[in-house]
Amino acid sequence: MNYLSFKACHRYSTGFQLDLFFESDKLVTALCGPSGSGKTTILEMIAGLKQPQSGQIKVIEKTLLDTKQGIQVSAESRRIGFVFQDRRLFPHLNVLGNLRFGRRRREEQKDVISLDHLIEILDLTHLLKRYPENLSGGEQQRVALGRALLTHPELLLLDEPMVALDESLGNQIGEYITCVIEEWKIPALIVSHTSNLLTQLASRTILIQNGQVSSS
Amino acid sequence: MLTTQEWEAVLLSVKVASVAVLVNLPLAIILGYFLTQWKSSSKWILETLINIPLVLPPVVTGYLLLFLLGSNGPLGNVLENILGFRIIFTWQGAALAGAVVSFPLMVRAIRLSFQGVDSKLEEAARSLGRGPIATFGYVSLPLAFRGVLAGSVLGFARALGEFGATIMVAGNIPGVTQTIPLAVFSLVQSPSGVNRSTRLVLISLILAGVMLAVSEALERREERRELS
Repeated sequence: MNYLSFKACHRYSTGFQLDLFFESDKLVTALCGPSGSGKTTILEMIAGLKQPQSGQIKVIEKTLLDTKQGIQVSAESRRIGFVFQDRRLFPHLNVLGNLRFGRRRREEQKDVISLDHLIEILDLTHLLKRYPENLSGGEQQRVALGRALLTHPELLLLDEPMVALDESLGNQIGEYITCVIEEWKIPALIVSHTSNLLTQLASRTILIQNGQVSSS
Repeated sequence: MLTTQEWEAVLLSVKVASVAVLVNLPLAIILGYFLTQWKSSSKWILETLINIPLVLPPVVTGYLLLFLLGSNGPLGNVLENILGFRIIFTWQGAALAGAVVSFPLMVRAIRLSFQGVDSKLEEAARSLGRGPIATFGYVSLPLAFRGVLAGSVLGFARALGEFGATIMVAGNIPGVTQTIPLAVFSLVQSPSGVNRSTRLVLISLILAGVMLAVSEALERREERRELS
């Protein structure tokens, strides 16, 4: 079974063109390539935050976008857990508020990932009452990861999860990510511009260059 | 100490301005948010309509309201015949006049505060399963809250000082529709009135100063938060 199938074509007014197809049946897939090659755009298209001019996106055999058939599932209905490169924690909510933000609407579903268990695994117990501005980069990254996981995503998108962290902290985050992916068996697509611990974790690596797949 | 007439004018002014702000607030928030989200070349038409009371002489605004809400006016007729309510020469009329003139100021301040909200956070809310309305309620509005408050304070101050539109719609009836500016106007016209109006003038100055300081402080905190 393919966890992810992505096909999109988009021409920008700047002349840059994104035109690629890839699919993956592996639990963890890495998307590598130099900055400006279109990696983040691909994630945003999968999450439904950007629309390609034409394309087809499937996650676990479920069509999220098909421009030919006029199918377009809205971002809020996609069940994609997006961990943004700039984290995007809500500044007016404390850590617990941020974690719960995506959880409420999914409560009717069986809590496969429980809040308490997640807080324990990500080591957030002592941070729950703090606000994002009082967290270190690594702590913010853990909260962003937890927040995305609590939506019970069908696919986890991680955009440069180790960027702006020093090596040891980056490795630590890498271990947390490995731990949650293995604990709950959530398919993940990890974007990175350099190969590191996470891409070693990936059983498949797709290389993107100038908006195209250069090797996979 | 203040005379009964002065007290009445002060209390009435506060009541009229508070009601004006409360009436305006829901629509000002909706329009302020809508104007930041709506990307269309015909947006200027709506903006112009909203801003008309800002540039129109208040007496003309009052005249138009009188035309609409008078017993023979299209709206006034409906109000009187169906609800049995006459708004002309009542404190509600004064509140409406204050609401109309302060509306553009409120929309402007509220819109600016929504523009300051990072749209990336709104995207994050969408990806976390929140639809447009929930995103507005849980992210955009709380983050713009200080600006909404600043806009309300500004609108309150503006409604408090309204003269031209108020006198047209509500008249100048002591104890009923005579707000601070109207009371000052009446006092000045009476013998030795310039001296007798001093207290109300001072109260106006203090109120306006406090309002402006509060509004500025709120906006400065907003800017600081965005910078940090």
